[in-house]
Amino acid sequence: MNKCAERLYNGIIKENPTFVLMLGMCPTLAVTTTAINGVGMGLSTTAVLVFSNLIISALRKIIPDRVRIPAYIVIVASLVTVVQLLLQAYIPSLYESLGIYIPLIVVNCIILGRAEAYAAKNGVAESAFDGIGMGLGFTVGLTCIAIFRELLGNGAFFGMEIIPEDFRITIFGLAPGAFFVLAGLTALQNKFKAPSATNGPAQGSALACGGNCASCNGSACAANHSKLEEIRAQEEAKAAAAKKEAALKAAQVKKEAEAKKAAEMKAGE
Amino acid sequence: MKELILIIVGSALVNNIILSQFQGLCPFLGVSKKVDTSVGMGGAVIFVITLACIATNLVYSLVLVPLKLEYLQTIAFILVIAALVQFVEMFLKKNIPSLYQALGVFLPLITTNCAVLGAALTNVQKGYGFIFSVANGLGTAVGFTIAIVLLASIRESIEDNDIPFNFQGSPIVLITSGLMAIAFMGFSGLI
Repeated sequence: MNKCAERLYNGIIKENPTFVLMLGMCPTLAVTTTAINGVGMGLSTTAVLVFSNLIISALRKIIPDRVRIPAYIVIVASLVTVVQLLLQAYIPSLYESLGIYIPLIVVNCIILGRAEAYAAKNGVAESAFDGIGMGLGFTVGLTCIAIFRELLGNGAFFGMEIIPEDFRITIFGLAPGAFFVLAGLTALQNKFKAPSATNGPAQGSALACGGNCASCNGSACAANHSKLEEIRAQEEAKAAAAKKEAALKAAQVKKEAEAKKAAEMKAGE
Repeated sequence: MKELILIIVGSALVNNIILSQFQGLCPFLGVSKKVDTSVGMGGAVIFVITLACIATNLVYSLVLVPLKLEYLQTIAFILVIAALVQFVEMFLKKNIPSLYQALGVFLPLITTNCAVLGAALTNVQKGYGFIFSVANGLGTAVGFTIAIVLLASIRESIEDNDIPFNFQGSPIVLITSGLMAIAFMGFSGLI
């Protein structure tokens, strides 16, 4: 049980997919125009994630290693179709406003990432809780961004209008606003040196995953990051050693020159 | 003919796949450091999306509709696209090595890119026929290429700029994309 609670904590806070791992950016930017959309998208993804983790971890010993990615994709795509049909039947308004982004849950990096990184190696119960944790973390991330954008752009909080029309900044509700909000978020993470996939020194690659969502195992960003750090540390150590050597050499040369000078002076005397 | 041009312009500029639809953001942010690589990525995307639109349209109209299995479109499309990319990679490697060298490294990157699946699903949603589907796919991919090449050239030219510490790295890239998105909003009066 303790392990399950740990999975929830890990998903929602420690490895939050939106704020820390920076995964699944397409839906994050696209559907966060209103808070309701953010919650709906987050919960739909959570449902898919929980069941895909559950099924994949139950079948982990049956699926041959070489065809695992296609197998995962088929499982995820079936679940997404189920969710899509359920939404269409019972919450048609949400179905309309999320539109094409519901079927696109299939290619959300978080789902294949968790399948590959966690569900394929762990038991059914832990994997299900991992799915719940990650899904809720994603929901929290989407909702936070969406509340912010809705408040600034539409002057509303979950559809309730708070800010009068003259004081709204419409651009935050439109496409460019999504980029600006995310830019502000990552800048804040840089400022507070928060643990995040995009939080690196300026010259380091920002999204180090290179966009390879297919083979992304969910922690690729973090792994890349630590690898980059390691390489940088090595290079720094090398540079420091080279500098030391150069300094030593320079000192030696200087000494020799001084000795020569002294000898010359002696000879002159 | 006029409608075809409208579809291409619409999907390339007005509803730009990245800057207004937010599909395919990973490669947009990840592979846009150098203009050369972004051109390669754009070429690969044009190639794959156009082929994928042809293939998915054929699968949809020749297999799924006659069998009344339209609800399986997501599963069918993602499998068709994944298989297609693998097949294209093998075909290019064997028969057109020069093209493979130019596009090869980018092909696996776009297997599960949402832009490809997104274009295929949009075609179905809007009920496009074969020719319109291909035109829409081509337009979408051209829009992707325009956006990623523009971003890469901006990133190259601001590389040495003095950016405040907090905005170094990805924040400045996102702000650049936001400004590009504003510029692309200007195209909405075009159609």
